[in-house]
Amino acid sequence: MIKGNFIDNLPKVYGIYTGGFLAFIIIMSIAEQMGMTAKTIGICFVAFTVAIYAIIGYLSRTAQADAYYVAGRQVPTVFNGMATAADWMSGASFVAMAGGIYFKGYGYMALLVGWTGGYVLVASLLAPYLRKFGCYTVPDFIGTRYGGNLSRFMAVVVLTVASFTYVTAQINATGTIASVALDIPFQYAVYVGLISILLCSMLGGMRGVTWTQVAQYIVLIIAYLLPVFWISNKMGAGFFPHFMLADEVARIGELEQQYGFVKNAAADLKTVPKGLAGITKAHSAVNATPWAFISLALAMMMGTASLPHVMMRYFTTPSVKAARKSVGWSLFFIFLLYSSAPMLATLSKLSLIDPSLPTGIIGKSIAEVQAIDWYQNWNQANLMFVSDFNGNGTLELNEFFMGGKAVVLATPEIAGLPYVISGLVAAGGMAAAMSTADGLILAIANAISHDVYYKIIDPKAETAKRLVVARVLLVVIGFAGATIAALEIQGILGSVIWAFDFAMSGLFFPLVLGVWWKRANKEGAVAGMFLGLVSGAAYLVWVRSGGSGFLGITQLTFGIFGSAVSLVAMVVVSLMTQAPSAATQKMVDNVRVPAGKSVI
Amino acid sequence: MSKQEQHWEKTRGLLFMTLAIWFVFSIGIFLFGAEMNEVGGPFGYPLTYWFTCQGSLGIFVILIFWFANRQEKIDEEFGFSERGDD
Repeated sequence: MIKGNFIDNLPKVYGIYTGGFLAFIIIMSIAEQMGMTAKTIGICFVAFTVAIYAIIGYLSRTAQADAYYVAGRQVPTVFNGMATAADWMSGASFVAMAGGIYFKGYGYMALLVGWTGGYVLVASLLAPYLRKFGCYTVPDFIGTRYGGNLSRFMAVVVLTVASFTYVTAQINATGTIASVALDIPFQYAVYVGLISILLCSMLGGMRGVTWTQVAQYIVLIIAYLLPVFWISNKMGAGFFPHFMLADEVARIGELEQQYGFVKNAAADLKTVPKGLAGITKAHSAVNATPWAFISLALAMMMGTASLPHVMMRYFTTPSVKAARKSVGWSLFFIFLLYSSAPMLATLSKLSLIDPSLPTGIIGKSIAEVQAIDWYQNWNQANLMFVSDFNGNGTLELNEFFMGGKAVVLATPEIAGLPYVISGLVAAGGMAAAMSTADGLILAIANAISHDVYYKIIDPKAETAKRLVVARVLLVVIGFAGATIAALEIQGILGSVIWAFDFAMSGLFFPLVLGVWWKRANKEGAVAGMFLGLVSGAAYLVWVRSGGSGFLGITQLTFGIFGSAVSLVAMVVVSLMTQAPSAATQKMVDNVRVPAGKSVI
Repeated sequence: MSKQEQHWEKTRGLLFMTLAIWFVFSIGIFLFGAEMNEVGGPFGYPLTYWFTCQGSLGIFVILIFWFANRQEKIDEEFGFSERGDD
């Protein structure tokens, strides 16, 4: 039924899959009614979805380089859009984004603008041209356009630094979810997560990752939207929250006025468990300077256009035209989740702080709050905390603390939704983290196997040997990432943002100018990648070790400095050295025309 | 001017227009975030808040599809579009 003409049958296949998943949710909710425990439901959700991805990964196995590296270049526009959206939306987007908005408001929402606006740059500056180029990897483009092993190697270095920073956070997230859902210690759960990730990508490479990512997108978007709509309806806030929460947003503003943001004494704050935060910033008011907002958004936009695991998804479309449209579909599918995150943050906050709602806890007596079931559960999970700092026996706004993850994880329970939703959310978070980890590990392994091993070390290697090397690297990189993740060094979101800054520092201008500036040459590109990456990293180290920074560039936006250095270095060095050869210039001309054969 | 140069000229023009619109909704309006937030926006949300939640994001989606269609027209005009549909 599926084999043979798989591509033509895609809508049918994924239609059946979606129906099957919805049926599974219904079966689980019936099972809950019949007395299945919350823990069993969680295990069923995670195990069932991961098993499905593994089956898809197995069915997509391949022995052809074209299928392994670029899914045979036959992924239709809309499906590539879904796969890119899953590739893009990480465990952090899924679990932590609504929490960030909840706690930091406007200043944090620069990330929403940045992580979507970047796609305009992808569509207009890069994706169609790189697709026409016909490369397998991003360093493949750099190496062929500029020539020479050094430029190729530098691109692999930047790609690895940026993607590896990112991938440890994703493996960490799969580990966290697996450890909660399956009730095993984190150190082991990380490896359970890793094996699930490798099951999707090892046999089929990009082909396997593509079809599992589509499946993962469907799970994660249902898992995110269903609770938001359900909670909104249950609270009577409106049946379509995105258009109907203006009153709730205004009400939060009123309550903020009424309570005021009382500053806690440092000694009191020391008693709050690590990682939890109180509400200290206005929900919908502008609470950041224009430059703080714009610099963060700009760094994320340029970073988006430089991250290889996103770019390589557009190598899989059948044509240049399809690559452009596919960027639009990607952003549409991303938009569905991103535009819902602020709505979830609003519903979550109002349900907790409005004393006129049955779930509101601010203004209740501390003892009463401590007796609530869900408070006890999430307090035990180290995600909620109350303390009577002023000793008046009543819970004030500044005496309530919560972990960022709790907004997504706890709100359904607070609103009184059945446990089946919690299981669904766990499966969604797992899908989001797995799909991004797969894309990243594959990007690194492909760059090393194709660009370093095949193009530099052993250009005569046979396909079979190349694919063995690619798979071995995939496993090695995965284990390296998992080992570092198990050490739990950096919080999920910090390292995700750094990845964008590293990528833009080293790759943004070498990629963009490679298409848009014929005069850019090898020496310039190498200087741009090297100095960009080094200066960006140096700035990060400087600010982290107590440096004051300049121009308001923080450790989250160091890529602005790195990429500026990269641009200047690239232009100056290019102009000081010889113009690229006639053959290279002709190659650039060829890239700019959509029709005809690919360049490589 | 050769056909290819003309094609590139038009492509570059479209790029600049696309980037100008992108600039307005990703950077330009947030220079006036505080002032704009005093104004009521669509569906009753404060205007800047609405742009960060939905407005800018939605405009980017539309902008990319608009860009893709315009570029296809340019490619067709010069006979550079690819054969077959997708």
